[in-house]
Amino acid sequence: MESGDAAQPFDYAVGMHGSKFFKELRDNKKIMGIRCPKCGKVYVPPRGVCGPCFQEMSEFVEVGPGGYIGTYTILRFAFIDPETGHQKPVPYGYGFIKFDGADTLFQHYIDIEDEKKVKIGARVEPVFAAERKGTIKDIQYFRVVD
Amino acid sequence: MAKRVAIVGTGQTFHKSHRPDVNGQELINEAVQRALRDAGLTIGDIDAIVIGNMDHFEGINYVDCWSVDGAGGFMKPVLKITTGGTTGCTIAIGGYHLVASGMYDKVLVIGWEKNSESDTSGAITTAFDPIWDRLVFAGAISGLAAEAQAYMARYGATDRDAARVSVRDRKHALNNPHAQLRKEVSIEEVLASPMLADPIHLLDICPRTDGACAVVMANEDSAEKLCENPDWIWGTGNRHSYAYIGDADMGRLTSMERTAREIFKKAGIREPRKEINVIELYQPYSFAGIIWIEDMGIVPPGKGAEYIWSGATDMGGELPVNPSGGVISCNPIGATGLVRCAEAAMQVMGNAEGRQVPNVNFAVSTGFGGCWWTDMILHGKKKPNY
Ligand SMILES: [Zn+2]
Repeated sequence: MESGDAAQPFDYAVGMHGSKFFKELRDNKKIMGIRCPKCGKVYVPPRGVCGPCFQEMSEFVEVGPGGYIGTYTILRFAFIDPETGHQKPVPYGYGFIKFDGADTLFQHYIDIEDEKKVKIGARVEPVFAAERKGTIKDIQYFRVVD
Repeated sequence: MAKRVAIVGTGQTFHKSHRPDVNGQELINEAVQRALRDAGLTIGDIDAIVIGNMDHFEGINYVDCWSVDGAGGFMKPVLKITTGGTTGCTIAIGGYHLVASGMYDKVLVIGWEKNSESDTSGAITTAFDPIWDRLVFAGAISGLAAEAQAYMARYGATDRDAARVSVRDRKHALNNPHAQLRKEVSIEEVLASPMLADPIHLLDICPRTDGACAVVMANEDSAEKLCENPDWIWGTGNRHSYAYIGDADMGRLTSMERTAREIFKKAGIREPRKEINVIELYQPYSFAGIIWIEDMGIVPPGKGAEYIWSGATDMGGELPVNPSGGVISCNPIGATGLVRCAEAAMQVMGNAEGRQVPNVNFAVSTGFGGCWWTDMILHGKKKPNY
């Protein structure tokens, strides 16, 4: 974790399923979900167990990269980002994206340059970072496409 | 067979946004002394203590250890339970189980928080997954805003409907000397207050509060000797529904639906709207006042706003909700769920003073946690029939 000039050595294991997601995102700009063999639900982020079925999952499926806004908000109040220790730049769009082929929602920034376009059901696509490092920020944000 | 359990005493501090006059132990002790006095007991009569707050909200942990003097826990079994927003309700459920099991006769349950001593939004954010959830998450308000948007899109409700809930609870708070915020507002004032996260205005949401609450629970053998009108606990329940925030069914509180269904069925309640007389809903923002009464089964999906506008949930209405003024009038987070429980108990016991609803046979209190989970307690005037 880095905050200004300071760095703190926190480790957090994202697991083998999460690692697959970030490798595919970094190397191939692909969004990976995982399908439950019992209920057929496709989860993003991928994880080892379907909670409702308590069933092990292993079938990775590519979803998106397009999708639509499942729900959203626009953050307008000032607060300190605990990840950085700095005030978060507001306003920003907070989108819950339903990737094509997925059943859960994926949280990320959503472009609010034209706020009128940001609504539930609007089509979106990810804008990838030029230099990808295998983190959630390899997607910079989602933008609404007409 | 489980023992029947009743609440025989409750106590709350006077809640404020900032209580520099007391430290955590002393704040806890205020509520404990009042609850013991209300139950007509001394600390020597108490067999065990369950205590909880929001982890690391005060920048200090292990409250079960350092608060022993104020809690009255010297040389007693003291258990800490902490489950985020639901903490206050979960400790009550924990206390219920300790007594119902027959292990202890009288248990003291304590919830508390000094929100003024830390960064609440920062602390809440660190409760969520660092890889998948934290990039865009902005504390409790962001997730609730997304829930409200989803509900509004599905059923055509508006922020005006939500403002009506805020007007109700802030008016009810005028009757409660323990509420932190006691100022009436109009629908126009709610809608004109600053937009925090679309569609949530400042006056739609709860404050941060310093405060504590304590409740004494006793088994059937002693409850009736201690208290003329004990509050019998008919059932408790809780449900968890999701791993990551994006898994939640945004716009519906599935955990509430399942918990309510279980508890009402167990008590033989078929028409909750008619059979329940008062609800103390853990409602951190106004929109939840519409959405979650649908999930509880009070009204059908999409009919919440209409029911609120009819005045049915106001004092004097068919089913008053939050006579205390609720969470948006007072929110000492680790105590908030226990305040709902204590207020529901006072309604059943008939000692809710200026906020008393007449002839309460059944009351419901709930707890809500940021990951869309629900705790619930059904309180009754008569002894449970099972
Ligand atoms: Zn499944």
